[in-house]
Amino acid sequence: MTQITDEMVREHGLTEDEHAHIKRLLNREPSFVELGIFSVMWSEHCSYKSTRVHLAKLPTKASWVLQGPGENAGVIDIGDGDACIFKMESHNHPSFIEPYQGAATGVGGIMRDVFTMGARPIAMMNALRFGEPSHPKTRHLVSGVVSGIGGYGNCMGVPTVGGEVNFHKSYNGNILVNAMCVGLARTDKIFLSAAKGAGNPVVYIGSKTGRDGIHGATMASAEFDDASEEKRPTVQVGDPFTEKLLLEACLELDGDRRDHRDPGHGRGGAHILVGGDGGQGRQRHRARPR
Amino acid sequence: MKSAVVVFPASNCDRDAAVALEQMTGKAPHMVWHQDADLPEVDLVVLPGRFSYGDYLRCGAMASQSAVMRAVKAHAEKGGAVLGICNGFQVLTETHLLPGALVRNAGLKFVCRPVGLEVDETQSVFTRKYEKGQRLSFPVAHGEGNYYADAETLDRLEGEGRVVFRYAEGDNPNGSARNIAGILSEKRNVLGLMPHPERVVDPLLGGTDGKALFESLIETLS
Repeated sequence: MTQITDEMVREHGLTEDEHAHIKRLLNREPSFVELGIFSVMWSEHCSYKSTRVHLAKLPTKASWVLQGPGENAGVIDIGDGDACIFKMESHNHPSFIEPYQGAATGVGGIMRDVFTMGARPIAMMNALRFGEPSHPKTRHLVSGVVSGIGGYGNCMGVPTVGGEVNFHKSYNGNILVNAMCVGLARTDKIFLSAAKGAGNPVVYIGSKTGRDGIHGATMASAEFDDASEEKRPTVQVGDPFTEKLLLEACLELDGDRRDHRDPGHGRGGAHILVGGDGGQGRQRHRARPR
Repeated sequence: MKSAVVVFPASNCDRDAAVALEQMTGKAPHMVWHQDADLPEVDLVVLPGRFSYGDYLRCGAMASQSAVMRAVKAHAEKGGAVLGICNGFQVLTETHLLPGALVRNAGLKFVCRPVGLEVDETQSVFTRKYEKGQRLSFPVAHGEGNYYADAETLDRLEGEGRVVFRYAEGDNPNGSARNIAGILSEKRNVLGLMPHPERVVDPLLGGTDGKALFESLIETLS
């Protein structure tokens, strides 16, 4: 078994304290694979460990709130049996490293969270912050982010209906790319991610596994330094065609009543599916990644 | 008028086309899956906008090889009306039902906005309810809508009155040759255009300039 070194723990974006906590939980040193799983699951991207406290201050309860935090997306009752399902997420780090793919997969990720709950996405919005216009990177970043958002939305058939943008020198080294997706569903056809019961088949769908996007969640949670450019391969390359097929497949399946349902999985990937499902344990048969 | 809309895996204006057709004709169109080798008995086939098979290859190139396109070709050869919008236009040039090609926009960017159009030809089943020279506003949304053909083909299209829509002077969004926005086949039963008439048939959606295109078809084909 690979010997876990402090160097490896650092490369996985985990602190010494977190490493110690893992060892307490397992009563032993984690294996290399386990370290990778903790790295993803405990990343800021997946666990919101540092923003959770601020997010908790936002209002989330009202008679028209059908689903608050805890699911793939929020759901609001808009009357007449219709529900609005929406999600907003940032894709700052990936977009700074690789603006086209970073912004495109940011859009793809939130659309997936909306349509896996049973809604057809109908609109996109965004809020963008870039550095000074005169900064040498700004022009390249603006052009890539705008094309990434437009290109992915166009391919999925969801219009970008509004947005806002600002430029300030404080964003020179860390742009903000927030995208929002709004979908429309029927209140009696909303599908949650929690699955119940043993013996259910697990179907795992996604675009082809490549060399891109590996350790993306860990990268997105780290702070930037001069070597950030080298992390370009950690940004996932989008495949809107596959997602469009998945969108139609999900909505077609939603036409039938189903009892079990699995959530969408973003950069966290396969470990979230199995690890995140209440510890019931699953036997996985996985096709060889291509 | 009975109509059908072809649905490729990544078509996404198929629903826009279906809504427009139902609103204009009072009847829901048949939605025909791309693997179907047969078309239902219809007067009009619509090839809708967007990405057919993802268009990672040339736009429309893979769609032109699909089972349903053989049926669409046979429908066109029998004189049936075919309307290709945006990606549908690209599929029609790739299938050689229309001449020329649609290449990358001259500005190299995806363009999504309303554009000014001029009706250049009213002698067709698609445009008889318009007036020659009438100014219209249709939305466009494409990255590869730059119409290209050699000078001889362009002269022929113009000489035979097959250029039905042109971008208004100064409003060409993609660099198309001679401001061409939409053309007819030799038999004048196939129309391909980059702008979206199906998105302007309801004031709620920002305009009604596309209505006359569907009214022209209804009047001729019903």
